[in-house]
Amino acid sequence: MLPNGPTAPPPWKRPWRRLAAAGVLAFALAGAVPAATPAFAAEKGVFFPETFTLSNGMQVVLVTNQRVPVVTHMVWYKVGAADEPRGVSGIAHFLEHLMFKGTEEVPPGAFSRIVAKNGGRDNAFTSWDYTAYFQNVARDRLELVMKMEADRMSNLRLTDQVVYPERDVIIEERRQRIENEPADRIGEQVNATLYVHHPYGTPIIGWPQEMATLTREEAESFYKSWYAPNNAVLVVSGDVTAEELKPLAEKYYGGIPARPVPERVRVQEPPISAARRVILRDDEVRQPSIRRNWLAPSYRTDKEGYAYPLQVLSEIMSGGPTSRLYRSLVVEQRIATSAWLGYSPSSWDMTSLAAGASPAPGVTMEKLEAALEADIRTLVEKGVTEEEVATAKKRMLAEAAYARDSLTGPAQTLGAAIATGQSIDDVENWPVRIDAVTADQVNAAARAVLGQTNHVTGLLLPLQDKGS
Amino acid sequence: MIARFVPNRAILSVLTLLLTAFAVAAPAAAIEIKRVVSPGGIEAWLVEDHKVPIIALEWAFEGAGASDPKGKEGLANLAARTLDEGAGPYDSQAFAARLQDNAIALGYDAGRDGFGGSLRTLSDRRDEAFELTRLSLAEPRFDAEAVERMRAAVLSSLRRDQADPNYVGRRLFYSTAYPGHPYGDEIRGTLESLPTITPDDLRGFVKAGFGRDRLVVAAAGDISPEDLGRALDHVFGGLPATSANAAIPDVEPKGLGETLVATRPTAQTVMLMGQPGLKRSDPDWYAATVMNYVLGGGGFGSRLMEEVREKRGLSYGVYSYLIPMDHSALVMAGGNTVNAKAGQALDIMRQEWKRMAEQGVTEEELADAKTYLTGSFPLQLGSTQAIARILLQVKRDKLGIDYLDRRDAFINGVTQADVQRVAKRLLDPNQLLTVLVGRPEGVTATRTIDGGS
Repeated sequence: MLPNGPTAPPPWKRPWRRLAAAGVLAFALAGAVPAATPAFAAEKGVFFPETFTLSNGMQVVLVTNQRVPVVTHMVWYKVGAADEPRGVSGIAHFLEHLMFKGTEEVPPGAFSRIVAKNGGRDNAFTSWDYTAYFQNVARDRLELVMKMEADRMSNLRLTDQVVYPERDVIIEERRQRIENEPADRIGEQVNATLYVHHPYGTPIIGWPQEMATLTREEAESFYKSWYAPNNAVLVVSGDVTAEELKPLAEKYYGGIPARPVPERVRVQEPPISAARRVILRDDEVRQPSIRRNWLAPSYRTDKEGYAYPLQVLSEIMSGGPTSRLYRSLVVEQRIATSAWLGYSPSSWDMTSLAAGASPAPGVTMEKLEAALEADIRTLVEKGVTEEEVATAKKRMLAEAAYARDSLTGPAQTLGAAIATGQSIDDVENWPVRIDAVTADQVNAAARAVLGQTNHVTGLLLPLQDKGS
Repeated sequence: MIARFVPNRAILSVLTLLLTAFAVAAPAAAIEIKRVVSPGGIEAWLVEDHKVPIIALEWAFEGAGASDPKGKEGLANLAARTLDEGAGPYDSQAFAARLQDNAIALGYDAGRDGFGGSLRTLSDRRDEAFELTRLSLAEPRFDAEAVERMRAAVLSSLRRDQADPNYVGRRLFYSTAYPGHPYGDEIRGTLESLPTITPDDLRGFVKAGFGRDRLVVAAAGDISPEDLGRALDHVFGGLPATSANAAIPDVEPKGLGETLVATRPTAQTVMLMGQPGLKRSDPDWYAATVMNYVLGGGGFGSRLMEEVREKRGLSYGVYSYLIPMDHSALVMAGGNTVNAKAGQALDIMRQEWKRMAEQGVTEEELADAKTYLTGSFPLQLGSTQAIARILLQVKRDKLGIDYLDRRDAFINGVTQADVQRVAKRLLDPNQLLTVLVGRPEGVTATRTIDGGS
């Protein structure tokens, strides 16, 4: 239900219709145009947030939207699964669950109940780079949820009695999300193969043998290290003004003392020169698929200026039914039932660009892979045209106009951006930067990323290859 | 992205803290719904809002789509997939380009009880958006190439789903509960039926189903009532006055009391159970809504989540829900658990069924359910399209244009005795149709299906 994590290429399972929507979301993450300006204008300004910083260093971001008297209240911690010590994979996500297990004032399980009995909804999510908690409530309940969220920022009290049944829950969560579905299992394996050394290769939810041994002490240690106001961002979207929000933020969050927080020390990937293949055969699979992942720069690691051109490239290759890959593989050659390419630049370290397809009946995986490769090769060798770039940019700016028409979308976009090292100014300048992308830049980015030979190819196949 | 379990709703119940807070503000009442009747006599409801330059239009043809002809299962769904694949002078690629270049989202969806359409456009592109919508309804091309391509995509999605134990469970449940009835069919059709559908079948479906007599429309956003009236005539005015949909018979679910196990080599068992529920028009609807919220509709803190997940760590998610259909109704529950604990989890779910049937809800549970169900409703009004969708649903359910103002009173009027009555009426743990997919241990099956589907 929430937007993509840092490296969230479109899932295997989806046909392009859903995929296109996911793509739009990923970019609309960055995009929108205010009510007052023409919809297709490439001017600075997306969400028009206000921001201020509390005396303890906690950043506050506000997007006012007064259509309905409700608000989204989110706290983002700049810590995620990639910040875990080795050997305790899954602890960031486990702690996310345990944050609902009580303080002096709010007993275990009470947090969500109180939000609900006040007509609100709440939840939380973990990525490699951040962990976020949110409540959607009527505007007159904002103070209530702020008080509770601030309370658990420093007063979490865990007991074995609540911690260990919850560990069983996350193990069930892993079974349900990953182990029960072959498409998700291959995704995990591709990821683990792409990132040889960096923790992005470790699943957010954790490896099963390590999840089974996670302890209360490890969760508490992670909490004490990272959950500090100076490592958090408060993002509020909805029917509230800065004048109303400021005193509340000072009152509830401002009084929590700042603490030293570890630097994010992430290992870097070693040079890898080998192309790799991951093959998952499973008796359950009736519809095979292929994907290929290349390492790509994120906004934060983008030294060459590829991040915006790669988004335009993604729109040209995969932005709906007139995109290159769909037109080539599905419409013209009729060898695929779906085809996609995805790239999300919101990541603290590097990210990946991925392309994939599912074969039409009677088409072998060899033939499909060759056709996908041919389209990529054509792109790298011949590039895109100025006209393709112009059309793609126009579409992206237009689609972006919808992004502000949401209660939660702006808060999610801004929170994820800040937690992965972007500034509000970066987000607000998204239309201008997209508009400035040239065909030469797209081609250079395509060559640099897709020209790499150290990619990972994942094949999801039936147990017996019946020639599909 | 990994998150805590996200069921449809959040919760109920007690606690010490902070606010004693009842009577949450009800901002839904602040929304003004206008009845718009076009010069040509087409009615729509509108929430006019010029703060965002976006228009959302949602519509449905009641009754269309529910019943595909025998052997042509999947017809309505294939039509939905192909309607926006070229219309009037534009072939598939040209039509898609016009939509994309103007950032217009147009889509169709075949449901059990109706055929839905959805349009979202920036208001300065509305003329183009309305014209493309009109073309898709009045002059869809169903070119052979587009039909074949969409057919292949649907077949591919059907094959893909066969690896999903949740899907296998749902299919087995519905085909067992509604054998021989359209509700028991896979709405996307089957590997056998889809190849038989021709472009002429699709044209016939559109011609028969898209009549103004079955049309329900709602809109929201940056458009005046006058402009909407003109748009309604433009988009829908050329459709036939009447439609010729086959009547669907009412049906009661079958297989009650059975426990089916589909053996699949999965790590977890998928559990799905249900029995007759009640229709949206039932006088006990709101009592049942409260009951369901307490039982398993509320996410964290519901009785099912508390007993199965919180206390015992047996599942990531377990939930209950009501399914009101036009010709039948269900009360359902489901969840996933490790194979070895499936029997235990199932026993607990049935016990909770029994406890609710025998004891109903406490005064506190009732109060908390009311504050949640009334207070959370406005959260659904977060976008222009969401507002239009809710209006359409209210209109389809014939709840009245002032329903949003009255909804809280219906919920707040529910008593403990009402919940007790409806729980006793609906819930019987011995009459559940239970479907398990996986390798469940500790479960006595009345029938085992190897391979599942």
